[in-house]
Amino acid sequence: MSADMTDRVDHQLAGSRVSGALPDGEAEIELRGVSKRFKARNRDTLALTGIELGIRKQEFVTLVGQSGCGKTTLLRILAGLTQPSSGEVTIAGRPLWRGDHRDDDALRKLGLVFQDANLFPWYTVEENIALPLQLRKVDKRERRRRARELAELVGLQGFEKALPRELSGGMRQRVAIARALSYSPEILLMDEPFGALDAMTRDKMNMELQRIAQATKATVVFVTHSIAEAVFLADRVVLLSARPGRIRSITGVDSPHPRPLEVTAEPGFQEKVLELRRQLTEDEERFTKQGGVSE
Amino acid sequence: MSRFIPWISTLVAIVAMVLIWKLVIAIFDVSPFVLPQPEKVLGGVRDLVNSNGFWSDVRVTLTETLVGFAIALVLGVGLGTLLGRVVWLEQALRPVIVASQVVPKVALIPLFIIWFGFGITSKIIIVALLSFFPILLNVILGVRSVDTGQRDVMRSLNASRWQTFRRLEYPSTLPYVLAGMEVGIVFAVVGAVVGEYLGGDQGLGYRIVTSLNNLEAETLFAVILVLTLFGFLLYLGVVVLKRFLIPWHDSTIDSTRAST
Repeated sequence: MSADMTDRVDHQLAGSRVSGALPDGEAEIELRGVSKRFKARNRDTLALTGIELGIRKQEFVTLVGQSGCGKTTLLRILAGLTQPSSGEVTIAGRPLWRGDHRDDDALRKLGLVFQDANLFPWYTVEENIALPLQLRKVDKRERRRRARELAELVGLQGFEKALPRELSGGMRQRVAIARALSYSPEILLMDEPFGALDAMTRDKMNMELQRIAQATKATVVFVTHSIAEAVFLADRVVLLSARPGRIRSITGVDSPHPRPLEVTAEPGFQEKVLELRRQLTEDEERFTKQGGVSE
Repeated sequence: MSRFIPWISTLVAIVAMVLIWKLVIAIFDVSPFVLPQPEKVLGGVRDLVNSNGFWSDVRVTLTETLVGFAIALVLGVGLGTLLGRVVWLEQALRPVIVASQVVPKVALIPLFIIWFGFGITSKIIIVALLSFFPILLNVILGVRSVDTGQRDVMRSLNASRWQTFRRLEYPSTLPYVLAGMEVGIVFAVVGAVVGEYLGGDQGLGYRIVTSLNNLEAETLFAVILVLTLFGFLLYLGVVVLKRFLIPWHDSTIDSTRAST
């Protein structure tokens, strides 16, 4: 797709773009006019355009959308792993990027969990959990104390000395969460953390996550492709549309945390899921009519 | 129980081999100059070990092997790290690397003997050359195989260059270095023996030449047996090193722990 063509599509869909900006001073995390263009050898892809989003302290926000909508890119931008092509990211009032350098104080506020646990197989559970502390030169006794405390928080007591290869997928993901929590970040960024787990483990982990988020008072930004999961966990669901990636809608979910699994059977819950699904389908159809190629 | 199976099967294989050996001699009436009786070979080993200069020959071959291997290890890891990192350099040098790999290196041995003499130097160079390539290629692969997800973890934690090397790149490349060493040490022994065989006046490879010239089949077999043990012990050294350095790696899982 040429840049010219991208801009035309961008223009045609401009009406369906939503701003998620909050009033001044309310946002803990702020994205202003963020866009990301990936330059490949023979084509440019506009992965994200005109993202305006504010996230409050201790809020649980889920980013949902079909694959290719840029939700992972958006999370990587929040995490400082990908630099936006334009726009600004602010974490607790501090710009994340200064030129090509990242602000270390802003980075310290972030804890990151990926789809893969990305544990280091040469370290024990305890050492994996304490890795961020080790990099930040916390002394050994404190590291051990903290690692044990976190192992207990994520339900892994007794496995501190185990190696990652001895754990199940769900347990590995628990270690990854504990590692992200090790230096008590105020913000937890999660990219489909339970995507590779089976449905039952996934439900269980979602319950645990609510508990952990409350216990640590963390702000959570959670990427998923499951609308049901997004609505179940979120205070606000941010729906992204693809080509180019932009905010399609923002849906508030009021029921208090922690939510029991039974919430998913309530009519109010199901209405929200259906509405979001309708919006996704609509976008997909519009795109097909324009003669675009679906993945 | 399953822990004893390799021991039992090895014992069975040795006994079977000796039986077949004796059978072949009995059935085909083989001359002892061609294939001596197994027990004679054992006697040959005893004579060899007690013979004049045996231990000094072992020491020569061991020195050549270890020094050459150490050179190959240092160069292989150093150059492998460089080429693994700097992709354009590796691409530029690829034809040279491939060419120097496909050259039958054993054929170069006479050349090295002309250049570096009949002494220990030419053998060390041969050993280094033979064991260098498996180490180099494994290290290049290892440096490139550092997981991008794990890199993201280090980057999101704002790890320094040194921390990324110490905590991530070094441990994840180590299994590849050791895999290269496993192949390299075997090549190193081959290099030392063939080098001595083709042009030398000492070492275990030279013993092969002398026993061949004197038509001492028993001694020849004895030298082969000693060399097998020699190579096996060096290989074992690398395996022990592997267990010690990368106990976490899949290639070192022992069957007693795999079930947990």
